[in-house]
Amino acid sequence: MSDKNTNQTPPGGMLKWLDDRYPLISTWNEHVAQYYAPKNFNFWYFFGSFALLVMVIQFITGIWLTMSYKPSADEAFHSIEYIMRDVEWGWLIRYMHTTGASAFFLVIYLHMTRALLYGSYKKPRELVWLIGMLIFVVLMAEAFMGYMLPWGQMSYWGAQVIISLFSAIPLIGPDLALWIRGDYIISDATLNRFFALHVIAMPLVLVLLVFMHIVALHKVGSNNPDGVEIKKHKDTQGLPLDGIPFHPYYTVKDSFGAVFFLILFAIVVFYMPEGGGHFIEAPNFEPADPLKTPDHIAPVWYFTPFYAILRAVPDKFLGVLAMGASIAVLFAMPWLDRCKVRSIRYRGYSYKLLLTMLAISFVVLGVLGALPSTPLHTKLAQIFTILYFAFFILLPYTSAHEKTKPVPERTT
Amino acid sequence: MSETKTIETVNIKRRQVLAGATGVVGAVGAAFVAVPFLGSWQPSEKAKAAGAPVDADISGLQPGQMMTLSWRGKPVWIVRRTAEMLERLATLDDKLRDPDSNASIQPEYCQNPSRAIKPEYLVVVGICTHLGCAPLYRPAVGSADMAAGWRGGFFCPCHGSSFDLAGRVFRSVPAPTNLEIPPYMYLTETHIRVGEDAESGGQA
Repeated sequence: MSDKNTNQTPPGGMLKWLDDRYPLISTWNEHVAQYYAPKNFNFWYFFGSFALLVMVIQFITGIWLTMSYKPSADEAFHSIEYIMRDVEWGWLIRYMHTTGASAFFLVIYLHMTRALLYGSYKKPRELVWLIGMLIFVVLMAEAFMGYMLPWGQMSYWGAQVIISLFSAIPLIGPDLALWIRGDYIISDATLNRFFALHVIAMPLVLVLLVFMHIVALHKVGSNNPDGVEIKKHKDTQGLPLDGIPFHPYYTVKDSFGAVFFLILFAIVVFYMPEGGGHFIEAPNFEPADPLKTPDHIAPVWYFTPFYAILRAVPDKFLGVLAMGASIAVLFAMPWLDRCKVRSIRYRGYSYKLLLTMLAISFVVLGVLGALPSTPLHTKLAQIFTILYFAFFILLPYTSAHEKTKPVPERTT
Repeated sequence: MSETKTIETVNIKRRQVLAGATGVVGAVGAAFVAVPFLGSWQPSEKAKAAGAPVDADISGLQPGQMMTLSWRGKPVWIVRRTAEMLERLATLDDKLRDPDSNASIQPEYCQNPSRAIKPEYLVVVGICTHLGCAPLYRPAVGSADMAAGWRGGFFCPCHGSSFDLAGRVFRSVPAPTNLEIPPYMYLTETHIRVGEDAESGGQA
């Protein structure tokens, strides 16, 4: 890409001084001004940059919350109330952070759906997908630890259940759970270390992974709704015919989209910050009580599909295993899908059918995971757990014998 | 670095020895350094010391009633069972996963049909053996908010595990074992000490 700098006037003055000491212009060109992205990006392609935007919102609001929050079992709950009532604009900053957590998952789920629709995990983008999955896992850990910090009833019992998951591992399980808690019960020690992980360790890992996600993407180039390789057809200057520079084309498009995203975000922050009990759950308005579990405990909405899978299995270890597998199996997508055609536009009925089944199962499990445990709900959760896994079990067979449509040479 | 080094001028062997030795010493050093960082997550001395026994006065407990103590931060229940409740226990064996408590945690003196020193009083840790929620006490047969066929016992609202009035787990629920019975002893007819028993004589 560096040879393309030659047709620009060399920088002078301050910019030259900087560029002689730091690869400013070449980096900008390689990743923004001369990063050629397919010209046919649609609505689904907003969510990557939205995720980046939400991450920035979480970092800024998070830093501000840290200024008033106290990570101790005695003070945590009251410090949140202090932020909500007494700190100037504290309520707004906290609601931005809690809404940001839900927005992060919404955007990430849509971002992942996009990858499943257009085959963005397929060769040569396997690493982009794998790094993205790591980001997803880190994000889940980050969200779980963050939810514990207010030290409400749901914080406490949610943490109790999730940390107990580790105790299901044979042999080392109970000692491992004790080691994670740092006490025989969820306590001040647990809260304090989760705070450290939530505000320092996880965000550092997250930033590193996001950086690698983008570097890996820019090495192989973005996929597109047609799933065709734009690098195959280049003009005389070696630029992809169906590509447009990320800046200004997509910087403008994404900024424009971000305005609408932020409008929706603001509506939630101002008018429904608790998300009808799904973003902040009712029992979390009561301080943690180690002697009494709330009558109905459920995780926040973005964890409920996996939680429903856990509850569907009437065995402690197998339940934990099934829940872990439901996330782990996603890592294998690039190798489970053996169809050469990327985009769903040109794939056969079997994939369309399977993907619809997966999406429906995921949503239904999400609803079931938020409802109380009854025999009927358990039965339903079992059925949809089987359908969820059926996608990954059937895919290697159906995708190998799929009747695909002809893929165009260029984007449409 | 002006002249390019050829293979001949580079002593590859020496480089390998240096890199290998540094690698081995570094790995050993890293392993030693990891010990304090990983060990730091273990319960602190303060946390370990917080396991003192607690005493309870059970004289006010009516038949069928339950009281909750806090021992090591965990709920411990004391239930005064009626004769009818105790009779019902014996009829449940074939519906239970571990009716004789062979795979469950309890002091030896409580591995009996009523899982108690005195059958009338059940002392049990109120933490579900599945994922650690505190189950609900629903002693009546066919309690209004329970599913049909409820036989009286404890129900965990988190994941639907159920236990009988001796804390024994029913079949086909996620909890793997019976509720844990803590070490305890009678100080007098009406006073129970949880966390210490006659056998250990001291800390349990």
